[in-house]
Amino acid sequence: MEIKDIIKPENIVYKKTKLFTDKPLSYCPGCGHGTTHRLILEVIEEMNIQSETIGICPVGCSVLAYEFMDIDMQEASHGRAPALATAVKRLMPDKFVFTYQGDGDLAAIGTCETIHACNRGENFTIIFINNGIYGMTGGQMAPTTIPGMKTSTCPYGRDVKIMGNPLKITELVAQLPGTYFVTRQAVHTPNAVRKAKKAIRKAFEYQKLNKGISFVEIVSNCNSGWKMTPNQANKWMEDNMFAFFPLGDIKVPQLEKV
Amino acid sequence: MGELRLMKGNEAIAEAAIRAGTDAYFGYPITPQSEVIEYLMEHKPYETTGMVVLQAESEIDAINMCYGGASCGRMVMTSSSSPGISLKMEGISYLAGAELPALILNCVRGGPGLGDIQPSQGDYFQATKGGGHGDYRLYVLAPSSVQEMCDFVKTGFKMAFKYLNPCMILSDGAIGQMMEKVELFDPVRRRTPEEIEKQCPWATIGKKTNRERNIITSLILDPYEQEKHVKKLKAKYDRMQNEDVLFEKIQCDDAEFVIVAYGSSARISQKAVDIARSQGIKLGLFRPITLFPFPSKELNKLSKQLKGALSVELNTGQMVEDVKLAVECKIPVYHFGRYGGVIHTPDEILNVIKSKFIGV
Repeated sequence: MEIKDIIKPENIVYKKTKLFTDKPLSYCPGCGHGTTHRLILEVIEEMNIQSETIGICPVGCSVLAYEFMDIDMQEASHGRAPALATAVKRLMPDKFVFTYQGDGDLAAIGTCETIHACNRGENFTIIFINNGIYGMTGGQMAPTTIPGMKTSTCPYGRDVKIMGNPLKITELVAQLPGTYFVTRQAVHTPNAVRKAKKAIRKAFEYQKLNKGISFVEIVSNCNSGWKMTPNQANKWMEDNMFAFFPLGDIKVPQLEKV
Repeated sequence: MGELRLMKGNEAIAEAAIRAGTDAYFGYPITPQSEVIEYLMEHKPYETTGMVVLQAESEIDAINMCYGGASCGRMVMTSSSSPGISLKMEGISYLAGAELPALILNCVRGGPGLGDIQPSQGDYFQATKGGGHGDYRLYVLAPSSVQEMCDFVKTGFKMAFKYLNPCMILSDGAIGQMMEKVELFDPVRRRTPEEIEKQCPWATIGKKTNRERNIITSLILDPYEQEKHVKKLKAKYDRMQNEDVLFEKIQCDDAEFVIVAYGSSARISQKAVDIARSQGIKLGLFRPITLFPFPSKELNKLSKQLKGALSVELNTGQMVEDVKLAVECKIPVYHFGRYGGVIHTPDEILNVIKSKFIGV
C-alpha cells in the first residue's frame, strides 16, 4: 500500500482549511501563531462567512497574516488595529470584523486604542496573542513580560523595580462596560486548541448580537525569543506564564452564567 | 442658485461634507477647528444620510479610523489643527503608501509646539513636502474664503478618488473662524454599497467568490518592489502637476510686480493690490489654489513680464522657496511674513512692495 492508496475521502479525518492560502507560514516551528490562524480560519469556514469577514493585521510577527488568510484584510500601523476595525464595523455593521494583535501592539503602543474601543463597546472581535516578548524585532521586553523573565532588553530578568510591572490588559478590559465576552486561552495542546476554537467561535457568533467587544487572549510561546526548544517553551509557559496569566473565561455574557 | 447661508468656514466645511455624500467623519477637538465636529454632532447626519460621525480618542485614532473606512472604499474625512495634524502624520503616510483616498482639513494655527490658536501658515512645508515619513505628496488645496471651504470638499474628494491619495485642505484659523455668505451646493446622496464595490474593486468589503482577496497594506519588503511602488506614486504626483493645478490671477494682465499669496494672506494681499492700483502701481496677485501641485509653470510664464515678486505668508518663508524655483531666480523674489498668529495689514504689504521694488 502506498500513500496515494490511503488518501481517500473516507479516510480523511483532518485537512487544511481551504481558507488558508498555500503560502508557507513565516512563523518559527513551534510557535502558536500558525495554530491560532488555523482556528480563526476554521471558524470563518464553518460559519460560512468568508465573504462577510474583514480582518485587520498588526505590526509584529503576524504583520504578514494577510499572506496566509484568504479573506479581505487591512494592514494597520503599530497598535491602531482597533481604530481601523471601529471604522470598518461602523460603516458595514453587517460584516464580521476582527483584529489580530500581539502584546506589544495591543498592550503597549496600542493601549489607548484597545481601551477605548473596548470601552465604547464597538462590536468586533479582538484576537490577542500574548507571548510576553517582542518576537519580530528580536526578543525585547513586552508589556506582558512576566517578572524575572529574560529578554534582550531585560537580559538579567524583568526587575519590576526598574522596568515596572507587566500589564494584565485582559483583566483590565473585562472591567469595561463595552466588552461582552473576555476569555484567556492557549493553543499548546490538543485540549487547549479545542477550547480555544470554541472561544473564537463564540467571539464571532457574539458579533451578531451587537453587544460589544469579544476579546480572546491566546497565551502563546515564543521559543525563538525565549531561547528554548518548542517543548521547553511549552513547559515553561505552563509553569510560568499560566501562573501569571491563568487560563479561562474572565467575563461571560450574563445569560450563560445561569 | 444654491441655498445661501451666513456661515463660519468650519461650519461650511461640515455642511458641505454632509451634502457631498461623505460616508464618515472622525475627529478630535482642537481649536480653531472644533466647530466642524460640533456642527456635525448638532445636525446628526447619521439620522439622515447615514453618515458615521465619531469623536475619536485622539487625532491618531481619527486618522486611523479614516484608514479603516477608506480601505472599504468609503468617503472618509477628518479635521484638525497644527499640533493635531502632526499627530496624524503617521496615519497620513500610511494612507499615501496604501493608496487610499481621504480628505483632511488642517485649520492651521501658530506654532511650533502648542503655539497659539491664531491664524498661521506655518504648516506649508509639512503639507506640501510630505510631512510624514517616506516619499509621498498630498494633493493640497488652499481655500481663501468660506465659499471655497465649502466647494473644496467636493474638489478634494474628487481628487482623492481620482489619484487614490489623501487630499488636504490647508486652511487657517482666519478662514475657519470668519463668517461669510456661502452658496451651498445641492446635496448628493451617498453611494450605495453596490456602487462602491463597482467604483472601488480594491476595497476590503468581504471577499466574494468571483475575485481574489483584497489586501490594503503599505508594507512591501522587497526593495525592488518597493521602488516600483514609489515610482507608481511619483507618476501620480507628476500627473497631478499636468492635469490638476489650480490658481487664480488678479490684476495680472499688465502687472509689473506681483504678490504671491494663498489662503487668508491672499485675501489681505488683494486689498494691498487695490490700494496700489489706486496709486498707479501696476501690482497684481497670483494666488496658488493648489499648493501641491504648485502652479510653477503658470507663475514662470507670468514672471516673463514681471520686475519682481513678493511672497506674502504667515510664516518665516516657506512658499517663497517654491516661488523662487518657479521663476528660476530670473526676477527678484522677496518674502514678507508675519508669524506666530499675527496677520499682515494691507498697508504694510504695500510698503514692502514700495521699498523693495520701487525704492520709496
